[in-house]
Amino acid sequence: MSRFKDTGHLLRFAFLFVVAFAIFLVVRHFVVPKSFGEYGHYRGNAIGEIAARPVHFAGHAACETCHADVAAVKQGGKHTGVNCEACHGPLQKHVDAMTVDGAQPFTPPKLDTAVLCVRCHAASAAKPKGFPQVDADQHSGGLACETCHQPHSPAIQAGGAK
Amino acid sequence: MKIDRRHFLIMLPAAAVAWKYVQAGTPEASPNYKMSDHWWSMLIDIPKCIGCGNCVRACAAENDVPEGHFRTWVERYHVTDYDMVNPLVISPDGGKEGFPSVPEDAGKYFFVPKMCNHCADSPCTQVCPVGATFIAPDGVVLVDQTYCLGCAYCVQACPYGCRYIHPEKKVADKCTLCYHRITKGLTTACAENCPTGARQLCDLKNPNDPIHAFLKTHHVQVLKPQMATGAKVFYNELDGSVR
Repeated sequence: MSRFKDTGHLLRFAFLFVVAFAIFLVVRHFVVPKSFGEYGHYRGNAIGEIAARPVHFAGHAACETCHADVAAVKQGGKHTGVNCEACHGPLQKHVDAMTVDGAQPFTPPKLDTAVLCVRCHAASAAKPKGFPQVDADQHSGGLACETCHQPHSPAIQAGGAK
Repeated sequence: MKIDRRHFLIMLPAAAVAWKYVQAGTPEASPNYKMSDHWWSMLIDIPKCIGCGNCVRACAAENDVPEGHFRTWVERYHVTDYDMVNPLVISPDGGKEGFPSVPEDAGKYFFVPKMCNHCADSPCTQVCPVGATFIAPDGVVLVDQTYCLGCAYCVQACPYGCRYIHPEKKVADKCTLCYHRITKGLTTACAENCPTGARQLCDLKNPNDPIHAFLKTHHVQVLKPQMATGAKVFYNELDGSVR
């Protein structure tokens, strides 16, 4: 056993190492979030937190549950594929105001066709050729778009816009 | 089926390899949404884009994107005659308020909406030193903003320039593919508000998604395929001059 004499300093060092490692494990237990590593090298709960962020655009399906009359006008028209909030803006607050008891009332903002129509339909050679484009000043002579075109179904019908 | 000890031992390594995928598919964050049932992507139909900027405004409104930063933006390419290598690209305020009008017959023009490509082998998640950014089990690249240090390694790593440091939060921020919407059955804010249907959210794990037929019958590209990022934003009829 002569090989193992004078081992005190080694054992002390080994003991310190074990203690330090134990402290590391304890600290790690408290510092690393519980869900870390649930799916991979990240905090699993982050996925749920990101999914819980508030929605601002309610989606056209929510609009159409109440505004079926407008959906019917849009049906078959040139603007069928243009979803409600593309022009009307984010209206989840409006949906909440109408469906949740005690929610703050919310009035959707008034829209300006002079801005909205031109955003898409202003003439530019950069746009796809088949897309309907007009030079707004020449086209209407200063008249508002909705004088002739009903925005929900913009093809001009006999008798003008309703 | 009868498994003897010999076969059991042969299958053991295969089971060990599969185990992490088995685990990845089990617990779910929200009650009616199963992450393992989805593999999200997006289709951008270049011939349909009119450069109205609706997607950029919608994204900013939905996600409180700070002024001057963009989770999605629109670029207008102008390929002057025969010069495919040096297209003239503009994106005034990310295309938020549309683009200046162009007179007739001035060369080839088209719009390219850009956003996070939600890469399957994303360079940005690989460089994060703290595990704050990751590919979720449904294929969406996300940032855990409570864990992010703001070191901006990921901002440098993204070959598409899709990340930025949030000026107030001082952490990395990027497109979440409207994760808070798609997990509730809604589409993304940009796709919801695109008036021409140039953007479509796609689920590659859904066999009934029209994306499968579309990818088989159209000329579809991803951006920078040479980077081997596994980009999942598919561009229909993308011009060769797009970088």
